[in-house]
Amino acid sequence: MLLSEDQEVLDTEALSDEEVDELLVEEVSIDGMCGVY
Amino acid sequence: MPTEAMPLRQRFTQGLDAPICLTWELTYACNLACVHCLSSSGRRDPMELTAAEARHIVDELADMKVFYVNIGGGEPMLRPDFFDLVGYAVDKKVGVKFSTNGTRLTAERARRLAGMDYVDVQISIDGALASTNDSVRGEGSFAAARTAMDNLAAANFGQFKISVVVTRENVTQLDQFSEIAESYGAQLRLTRFRPSGRGVETWDRLHPTAAQQRMLYHWLLERPDVLTGDSFFHLSALGEPLDGLNLCGAGRVVCLIDPVGDVYACPFVIDKEFLAGNVRDAGGFAAVWRQSDLFQSLREPQSAGACASCGSYDACQGGCMAAKFFTGLPLDGPDPECVFGHGEDALAARDAAALPGPAVGHSKVDRNGTPIPVPTPVRFRTRALA
Amino acid sequence: MSITDERVGAPARAFDPDLAWRVHPQVALRDESFGALAYHYGTRRLLFLKSRTLVELVSSLDRFGSATAAIEALVPENERAQYTRALARLAASEVIDAH
Repeated sequence: MLLSEDQEVLDTEALSDEEVDELLVEEVSIDGMCGVY
Repeated sequence: MPTEAMPLRQRFTQGLDAPICLTWELTYACNLACVHCLSSSGRRDPMELTAAEARHIVDELADMKVFYVNIGGGEPMLRPDFFDLVGYAVDKKVGVKFSTNGTRLTAERARRLAGMDYVDVQISIDGALASTNDSVRGEGSFAAARTAMDNLAAANFGQFKISVVVTRENVTQLDQFSEIAESYGAQLRLTRFRPSGRGVETWDRLHPTAAQQRMLYHWLLERPDVLTGDSFFHLSALGEPLDGLNLCGAGRVVCLIDPVGDVYACPFVIDKEFLAGNVRDAGGFAAVWRQSDLFQSLREPQSAGACASCGSYDACQGGCMAAKFFTGLPLDGPDPECVFGHGEDALAARDAAALPGPAVGHSKVDRNGTPIPVPTPVRFRTRALA
Repeated sequence: MSITDERVGAPARAFDPDLAWRVHPQVALRDESFGALAYHYGTRRLLFLKSRTLVELVSSLDRFGSATAAIEALVPENERAQYTRALARLAASEVIDAH
């Protein structure tokens, strides 16, 4: 099955800048893990 | 999926080489006797870690690059070496966040704490009024806690935290808790009431109702500045997830070291079922964290069991193992407070004889060994707070 | 070229990669298999650096006269824009600071 040109473009640009950036740096709330009080 | 792209949340379930933070209960001694105490505290254990052993634990945590430790108890300020140990920890770059009932937080000690770096203070109350609070924590405990807060403010300590365990009786006071916190410029923390320790005896009566939990969820969504320590992640099945990892960190990114060096998966499961080892054993804390059978098994993918067919499992992860364990529910099934009511069904269907019985733990006892009724009034001389 | 990282809600001071940068003195970096944890003792914030390349870049910043030079030395060309943005985000969170 051939992908349409539009679909091909979408696949290679599937991730937004933000999503790509999340691959490198992610903040986690230090208060955000269960098991302390 | 390439390893680097694995979501953090999933990576955490597999555990890390060292905890991100952990809870360390310094003593089972306590001068209060709260009805819901997760550690059934009251009497100091004769095998309590010595000052030297405690410093050695700090050494280990520093080597493992644990960033900070949540210190509690019992009442940690009852340890004679409390300030020495806190100072020792921050000198080694292990930050300290400690939780106290405030009865020993005199004006002078507040000033001493204000002069220390990397020390955070949390004061516990369980009611916005003395009557609500003291019915859980004992007569005089609210006044003592407020005095401690006033002492911190007078000492220019800076921002501290006020920590509340949410119950059926205080869940109607959320706005007032907010106001108290605001009046001090303090952060408010709400924590889930779990049927742990002495809590097992009062959980049925005091845990919030389903309607109250829904109200709490919506209240929290509107107040991202209120801390929860991810303890209400079971409520995330109601819709938009609450802030936090929304998963159980026990044995994966957090754990508990108890006053005699026992290492448990978390402070809410002080039971041999969740005991991973002891820091006094060869290899110390690092060996327990990295190699204990219990923690290795917690870091395996967990079975959804009866929750597998529920579309919300990804959001709530089946809830809290402490809540399930101490209400006699299977760990691979719904949380007793499952927002869809599956927990209530499970509670009705369980074999009540299979409940872990209430343990005396370190609760204060009379000469027959019978636990003294809780809560007990605070006995303090006013000059102790000067 | 400077980049402003507005998403983090940090002060709008732009990230200038032509300055010399270093790990903030109040930040501890702890290696993990997949990268590193960065904990800021002052702000109490915790961030994850999710690639070994980023960890190497951040740890090496103070050996270069500018972030640009460090990126050029350590990051493949087709990833430099992404890593520049990552540094901007770390600067906004005070994990790195200009010195």
